[in-house]
Amino acid sequence: MIITGVIFYLFILLSGTGGEMCVSRAMKIVGEVTDFRPRSIARVFIRAMKVPWIWIGVAMMALGFFSLLGLLSIANVSFVFPASALSYVVGALGGKFFLGENVTKQRWAGVLLVALGVVLVVVGRG
Amino acid sequence: MSNLVCEPEETVSDEAIRAFEHPRRTVHLRVKTYILIMLMVLLSPVSNILLKKGMDQVGPMVSWTPSRVVAFFVHAFSTGAIWLAICCLMGFFVSYLLVLTWADYTFVQPSAALSNGLTAVLAFFILHEYISPIRWVGILLICSGVFVVGRTPPQTTEQL
Repeated sequence: MIITGVIFYLFILLSGTGGEMCVSRAMKIVGEVTDFRPRSIARVFIRAMKVPWIWIGVAMMALGFFSLLGLLSIANVSFVFPASALSYVVGALGGKFFLGENVTKQRWAGVLLVALGVVLVVVGRG
Repeated sequence: MSNLVCEPEETVSDEAIRAFEHPRRTVHLRVKTYILIMLMVLLSPVSNILLKKGMDQVGPMVSWTPSRVVAFFVHAFSTGAIWLAICCLMGFFVSYLLVLTWADYTFVQPSAALSNGLTAVLAFFILHEYISPIRWVGILLICSGVFVVGRTPPQTTEQL
């Protein structure tokens, strides 16, 4: 049971957050949106659908979501959601190494504050 | 005679153009990033509340037989609140994808966490739910974290 839980947890962190990063990469390939008229936005989405990263990202996000459901079936909500706040740290690492973003010390500090805050908001619910 | 000859306009150096355009572009970039992130932060808790209200109207699924499951989803999708929630979720996802075309993932992801705090604040003011001191501390930490991230430039990479 513990091993299954750990596997689900790793999928939530790596597949869920990895999927978001793949989607982010796809949207960066599409390029900055400067025109917000509906027709232009529709064109942006059609372009995005042609980028393989978006499909990889959506598939990984779906896997992360089903892993979340799986973990919720064997662990308490009060454990699952605070623990998944680690995805902010994984996201910052992925942003730096996979997307080549400049994650400064200031941004790291912000990410850690947010992750800790999310943990407290969820823990405080109980 | 020399007064009739049009003098060529003074050539503006690239540095001067950059010096002029850069602050404007930075402000423009920040404004559109903040607008879309605020949309995400507002739409996410609103969709959660609407989903909760909608599913309360539908009631629990009492049986797992195929006909009951189909009836359950037909009932769910004939509820106005569920459709409103779906519209909000679509708005959230569109905003998310659009902002990612220029802003860093490491900027958007933590900033969107404001929705966690907003959900709790909405629950306090609208639903009059009790919020424990730990949660208030968490909300403060999220807000300060977003403030710290928000002080960094939203875009540190060019188009891939």
